[in-house]
Amino acid sequence: MKLNKKSLSILLLALPAFNCMAEWSGDISLQNRYFINDPLPQNPQQHDNYLSISTEIEYYSDLNSSDKSITFTPFIRIEQYDKERTHTDIRELFYEQVFENWELRAGISKVYWGVTESQHLVDVINQTDNVENIDFEDKLGQPMVKASFEKDWGIVDLFVLPYFRERTFQGVEGRPRSFPVVDTDRASYESSDKQQNIDYALRWFKYFGELELGLGYFNGTSREPLFIFDANALVLTPYYPQMQQASIDAQLTTEEWLWKFEAIARDWQQVDNNNSQISDESFFAMTGGFEYTFVGVYESDADLGLVMEYLYDDRGIDATAFFQNDIMLGFRLAVNDADSTEALLGIIYDLDNQERLISLEASKRFADSWTATLEIRGFNNIDRLSRLKGIEQDDFIQLDVAYFF
Amino acid sequence: MKLLPLKKSALQAALSTLLIFSLTPSVYADGASRGLEIANEADKRDTGFVDSIAQMKMTLTNKQGQTNTREVKVKTLEVIGDGDKGLSIFNTPKDIKGTASLTYSHALKPDEQWLYLPALKRVKRISSKNKSGPFMGSEFAYEDISSQEVAKYTYKYINDETFNGVDCFVIERYPAYKHSGYTRQVVWVNKQEYRAEKVDFYDRKNVLLKTLTYEGYQQYLGKFWRPDAMHMINHQTKKATTLSWKHYQFKTGLTDKDFNRNSLKRAK
Repeated sequence: MKLNKKSLSILLLALPAFNCMAEWSGDISLQNRYFINDPLPQNPQQHDNYLSISTEIEYYSDLNSSDKSITFTPFIRIEQYDKERTHTDIRELFYEQVFENWELRAGISKVYWGVTESQHLVDVINQTDNVENIDFEDKLGQPMVKASFEKDWGIVDLFVLPYFRERTFQGVEGRPRSFPVVDTDRASYESSDKQQNIDYALRWFKYFGELELGLGYFNGTSREPLFIFDANALVLTPYYPQMQQASIDAQLTTEEWLWKFEAIARDWQQVDNNNSQISDESFFAMTGGFEYTFVGVYESDADLGLVMEYLYDDRGIDATAFFQNDIMLGFRLAVNDADSTEALLGIIYDLDNQERLISLEASKRFADSWTATLEIRGFNNIDRLSRLKGIEQDDFIQLDVAYFF
Repeated sequence: MKLLPLKKSALQAALSTLLIFSLTPSVYADGASRGLEIANEADKRDTGFVDSIAQMKMTLTNKQGQTNTREVKVKTLEVIGDGDKGLSIFNTPKDIKGTASLTYSHALKPDEQWLYLPALKRVKRISSKNKSGPFMGSEFAYEDISSQEVAKYTYKYINDETFNGVDCFVIERYPAYKHSGYTRQVVWVNKQEYRAEKVDFYDRKNVLLKTLTYEGYQQYLGKFWRPDAMHMINHQTKKATTLSWKHYQFKTGLTDKDFNRNSLKRAK
């Protein structure tokens, strides 16, 4: 009897291991950022070298079923000086269930919309984790209920977003950052519900062979803040207006060429800091371009991709966005070796004031479970009146060494 | 020192050209139709598996004998009259865990391919031009691992030969699609089971580049032959890759819905 019980429990223990998929994975990463130039004289609190450590862990379980799952992905970074960059976030914590013709996701999650490389205009669901990096690629987890329907006429995603996440900004010791510093403790909202305002979004997507087309609509709190200048405290305070945004994104893929296009039309507000006025504003912005890949360059196994995009905003120099009439030129090298050695060089050139933003990212794997990533960012020929003025001295070289488990 | 391999390659090229020319007159009459006949029969015998799921382990070995491995789950949906649909989910190397690729392969028009990047939650439609490049840094090119449709090649029957004691048809096939890295492939086809036992790949200069051999064929559902291992040796770089296959399952009930954008994002 005793033996039977024991063998039964062993059997029960052993069963899920075969049938159920539940696993932990993640990475731990050490990062060093070195700034080539001294900080601006206005920012004596800043440093030249910043060391930090981060980890992101994912737990996934299929709940012993073929149609249900849970995912939990916490993230933490501890940074040497910047109290704002030392932060934690729940990137994901959601339940998902797949039904016959639709699927449901509820919890904290991340969603990506769009096709272009230089900027992501139509990608509006998740807030940017701006302290992680200034390239708008890192996102905070967004609480949501998402229903996705698959029909002959396309995939439709409906979103209800019950809680708003504020954008993260570097603290006084942080670098690179704006001047004056952003005081995130003093964020304000157009909506009286503040962070509890319920946002809605809708997306339709269809694949027509070579052409893929997406339409999006968002109604709620803008992820992008406006800034109110407080001359007494010498800080910028974020102000989050309500916005309505309609978007289109399309990609045409032929064997050699990728043609990409994104455009948005947004109704929201603008802040005039000269007379402390907030007024309504509408604008249009777009990104469009192509990617072409040369396969097996110089008779090697390497591929060289050429990316070119034009970035436009009809508010011109008044745009809250950095790119209003800019050209992006990118070179993507994939060595295609066993270590997945890759490099991406990007230059964004402002056709109005000749500012140049330069970035180089290179990475490779070593010893199976490790990667090394080098990132160099340069801000060149920054205009005297530019909103990038604060980061003019902030060219940096960053090395990340990550262990994956 | 550098001249030697060059000379050897040139010699090999000359020899193989000579071989084609000397064989051509005698077999030309029925060579093409006989070659196509063999390819059609092989295709017919592998039709009807409906769908499959398998675990693939790639072992990359460099010239110095150092190895790297990758584990990939491969799901395939048979599409009658067109190329199959495939979903590959990477489990290792760990830094790309969760990355998945979706392919709608076609006989002659370009394949359609999507890549899911889990860190960004982004699905990217990618160019299918890269047929000849290495798959995951291995000695298998994308065109070697993609769905092998009859219409992707033209054929020529060469002769009968025994390979490892197995009676084989030797056929040549010539890529009919754009951007192939090969001028031709020589395939040893098992006469009894119409499955490939060995393939020699000749590069764009018609020099022997790689040899693929199949090991440990097993029959599933009493019909479909799948190898336990595929060994690719690159004669020019001396690098090698072995694909080991495990846990083959057929007719698992996969449908078109398991091979679309939403399922790509969910793939585990």
